[in-house]
Amino acid sequence: MARYLIIGSRCSFAAGEADFCRDLVCRLAPADNRVTLFLVQNGVLPARAGARGSSFADLACIGVEILADDFSLRERGISSDRLQPGITPAALDVVIDRLVDGAKAIWR
Amino acid sequence: MAERKTLTFALMDTPYESARTTTALRLIDIATRRGYAVNVFAYEGAVMLPFSRQQPHRNAVRGRNVEEENHLLTKDVVAALMEMAARNGGKLDWVNCGLCVDERGVGEAIEGVRRGSPADLWKLVEASDNTLVIGTR
Amino acid sequence: MKALNIIESAYRATIEEQDDTIVWLTHALKGGRRQSRSPIARQRRQLCCASAERGRARFRRLAPDAPAAYPRPHCPLIAKGVAVYVLAQDLAQRGLDAGDLVPGLERVTRERFPGLFAAHDQIWHW
Repeated sequence: MARYLIIGSRCSFAAGEADFCRDLVCRLAPADNRVTLFLVQNGVLPARAGARGSSFADLACIGVEILADDFSLRERGISSDRLQPGITPAALDVVIDRLVDGAKAIWR
Repeated sequence: MAERKTLTFALMDTPYESARTTTALRLIDIATRRGYAVNVFAYEGAVMLPFSRQQPHRNAVRGRNVEEENHLLTKDVVAALMEMAARNGGKLDWVNCGLCVDERGVGEAIEGVRRGSPADLWKLVEASDNTLVIGTR
Repeated sequence: MKALNIIESAYRATIEEQDDTIVWLTHALKGGRRQSRSPIARQRRQLCCASAERGRARFRRLAPDAPAAYPRPHCPLIAKGVAVYVLAQDLAQRGLDAGDLVPGLERVTRERFPGLFAAHDQIWHW
């Protein structure tokens, strides 16, 4: 089982970005891999509950761990009770944890 | 004592134009606080991060003088990270891509920064537990 | 150790009139006999176009009046044995077909990503 850490730093409202990142995560997850999607910077913007065209529920359903940098969330005024289901606030330390754990890390 | 890990980060962004720089420095901060051995290969614009001739400035829009503005300089952040690494039993090895330095004229870097080449990137990567590349746009 | 380099943006550092920075880096790493591969995703594969406009850049009053003369960046890489991939879905999206590409590129689809990623120790997205 391989471990992947996809760091989503771009706002997926931008054309093309949502599709590519989501597609990548969806392809890696079912192949018996452990996939973490870590949202940071403007990548957390679509995580707000009610954001249109950006549901993470399907990713959570296939076992993707979806985390959002708590610093980035605070910067953008997104409280933890206003996140979409399936997304958990997390400290950036998780990225270092996953790196030392041997995850293949891909920054988008 | 926990086993000391070695991580390499490859950076490309200039000091003040992107949030990626902020996040990269935050990640390096976390790793140095843990006492890890941290390598940074600075490529393209990132070679300006430790440029020693950065200077703070006032903010006329906000009516703040230089002291009041207290402008953060990335060279000071890099220096502080080096100190923190040493204090915590780790190290921060910062390598600037030499050709990128030359074409930008930023050869004056803070103490502790060394000049290198792509060969250094590979050496650092091979000696690391893992590597994170933060490219630019 | 094997690294898969993903490069995405095209025409990024055109002022230098040199190879794309990451293609150059990959080339330099390959020169040391390290294993490195470059799939080209999205816009980047514009550089693979055999018919990409060529001409000399002349700077008058600091403004280019003709596109830079780009060397074909991937050809030396391919000649050195570096596998260079291009994403088929992105080609189609941009109206490009096989006849538009420099020879030697390997077209892949997104379905191949898990296998490609698994086959490499590091995946670097520049």
